[in-house]
Amino acid sequence: MDRPTRIPMEIEEQVEGDLGSKRMVVNFGPQHPATHGTLRAILEIEGETVTGIDLEIGYLHSGFEKIGEYRTWNQGVVISDRMNYLSPLCNNVGLSCAIEKLMGIEVTPRCAAIRVILYELSRISDHIISVGLQAMDLGAFSVMLWSFIEREKLYDIFENVTGARLTTSYTRVGGLLKDVPDDFEDQVRAFMVSGLKTLREMEGMLNTNRIFIDRCKGVNAISAEDAVSYGVTGPLLRACGIAYDVRKAHPYLGYEQYDFEVPTETGGDVWARYRVRVRELYESFKIVDQALTRLPKGPVGVPVPEVVIPTKDQGNKPNGGMEGLIYHFKNYMYGHGLPVPVGEVYMATEAPNGELGYYLISDGGPKPWRWRVRPPSLYNYQGFPGMCRGGLVSDVVAGLSSLNIIAGELDR
Amino acid sequence: MTPWLWLAAKIGFAFAYLVGAVPVLIMMERRISAFIQGRQGPNRVGPMGSLQPLADIIKFLTKEFVVPLRADRWLFVLSPLLVFVPPMLGFAVVPFGNQYGDELLQIANLDIGVLFSMSVLSLGVYGITLGGWASNNKYSLLGSLRASAQLISYELSLGLTILLAVMIAGTVDPVRIVQWQIEHGWNLFGGGSLWRLPLGLMGGLLMFICALAENNRLPFDLAECEAELVGGYHTEYSSMSFAMFFMGEYIAMVVMSGLITTLYLGGWHFPGITDPTDHSWVGALLSIGVFTAKVYVLLFTYVWVRWTLPRFKYNQLMDLGWKVFLPIALFNLAAMAIVGVILEG
Repeated sequence: MDRPTRIPMEIEEQVEGDLGSKRMVVNFGPQHPATHGTLRAILEIEGETVTGIDLEIGYLHSGFEKIGEYRTWNQGVVISDRMNYLSPLCNNVGLSCAIEKLMGIEVTPRCAAIRVILYELSRISDHIISVGLQAMDLGAFSVMLWSFIEREKLYDIFENVTGARLTTSYTRVGGLLKDVPDDFEDQVRAFMVSGLKTLREMEGMLNTNRIFIDRCKGVNAISAEDAVSYGVTGPLLRACGIAYDVRKAHPYLGYEQYDFEVPTETGGDVWARYRVRVRELYESFKIVDQALTRLPKGPVGVPVPEVVIPTKDQGNKPNGGMEGLIYHFKNYMYGHGLPVPVGEVYMATEAPNGELGYYLISDGGPKPWRWRVRPPSLYNYQGFPGMCRGGLVSDVVAGLSSLNIIAGELDR
Repeated sequence: MTPWLWLAAKIGFAFAYLVGAVPVLIMMERRISAFIQGRQGPNRVGPMGSLQPLADIIKFLTKEFVVPLRADRWLFVLSPLLVFVPPMLGFAVVPFGNQYGDELLQIANLDIGVLFSMSVLSLGVYGITLGGWASNNKYSLLGSLRASAQLISYELSLGLTILLAVMIAGTVDPVRIVQWQIEHGWNLFGGGSLWRLPLGLMGGLLMFICALAENNRLPFDLAECEAELVGGYHTEYSSMSFAMFFMGEYIAMVVMSGLITTLYLGGWHFPGITDPTDHSWVGALLSIGVFTAKVYVLLFTYVWVRWTLPRFKYNQLMDLGWKVFLPIALFNLAAMAIVGVILEG
């Protein structure tokens, strides 16, 4: 019985046609323990050395961008959190900020502070898992499970706030789904104590571990010029020594009020990325602490009834008052929607993996005319073949986990 | 009893000792890893999860045995046995207790002694290499190539550290090595001489590290590292044939720990607990108990190391084996020879 034939990739044809070759083609994914998500890399190896690498993306293509054009402005948030399965709240916030920029709305201070807190908590949950998985791929399994314990506590917070652990869909244009619960601050403070403790434990496990250092230093390095020309952003770019952070470069949600640093490392290798992520974790804890301390009182929605329908206690009685009923209809009825002006907008936020941009075009209708995402993972992944070539098979795994590719975002 | 019956009894005991260690080790591994990782560990099957190994075995037995297409059927079936059997043979020369009457608690008192277990233990590499090669899978092939390169390189250092213990005691007979340690002190501490103390410590540590590499345990588990090679040499194995690899690895660990105990940790003797002149059944049982305790302390260290350290890269592993361990082991041996001459003369 013969195996079913399939069309060989270009890299395979080159190698398998040459029987005297010492090279071998190894398929790496889409189902492989090292590819956290459905990624596919085809390696051409000579012994243990990688001589060529071919990436194939699109295994998790879900048509999110097209779906976005068939949803109203506020419904898009549901798609945004499904793109990123490590920090969905970041995508929620990014999308809402983009629409608000297009409409020229400024959110209330309380809403901005809550968004910042949740954004940074998401960054913590993303980075801590990313560091844990990086250690796991190098064999230190325990570190990964420690990080998952903390992520679990974060998901409990998200569940308490948004009602869902992963598919949060928390933000709305001009506000939030609802205000945070009363025990929110205590819960976050409690997490910050245990999270910092675990973070220090993880650092203690890895920072001076000779095997871990040897496996990371100088591995999968990318130069600053290459990183910039590939459009690499986030911890990867900062690991090359370029202090580009959207939060500092183009502040949004009042990030300019917070006191935090943008950590950079030199080398651009796996070790530098690990260090940048860990240092960013401490910065995120700092930001959460500041935002919690100054969390202003007040409403979370903007006082514009066309955008955010006032709640009942704010004088709106959808079942009673005529005014409220009209806004209700205008917001939710088919064919109606938010008064988004004709135009286009690009709004970037600093997601855990880099610059997460939303490019939206409005034709004035109830739905976006174009709903385009600039996912950090795609641009970070582009430079990957160049990083791997000449390294060992083990370096591919170490590099891949240090990129922290989110396949849902990569393929959209 | 006749000698044959004695032999059969001892073989039966050793077999039960080794195979019986597997469930204990599975449980140890799960419990200790759970403790390290802040988890509960198995606690559903039986009281406190103690029947979990049994459930594992039932699961293995009820799974389908799949031979991959275009695999070399004979070698594919044979190689788990090649991994499973040699470590058991290696246990033949390990004295697992004192005497009972006139009968040594050791299966075979061979003249070549520890060299025999050294040679049969090195046979295990064939099972891994052939198993990976016969699977017709690129990951398995890479894993088995890594395993064979690794086992061969680390066997050199391991052999040299065994030789160091032999030189300290002046005999290759494990029973006499243990006897020597009872009279002079553990080989780990240089057998009672301050001159030999650093050499003994170095040799013991090196032997343990090489044993980790020999048994394909983290940080040296490149042959099966799941992040890169899916399952390494046993990627294609299922059902009991996978369980054989699994059990073979654990049994090799027990045997290796037994060897380290015999060569460096004073064997079945512990001052104050066992009496070398007590040949009654109480003394025999006590000595077996002490031997078991020492072996399990080593096994605990195996598990502890595994859940703490990341793994090496292939080139780092080779560098470590050839450029660090081998020179140290050779230096140790040369220094031991000089110290031996000085002490003698």
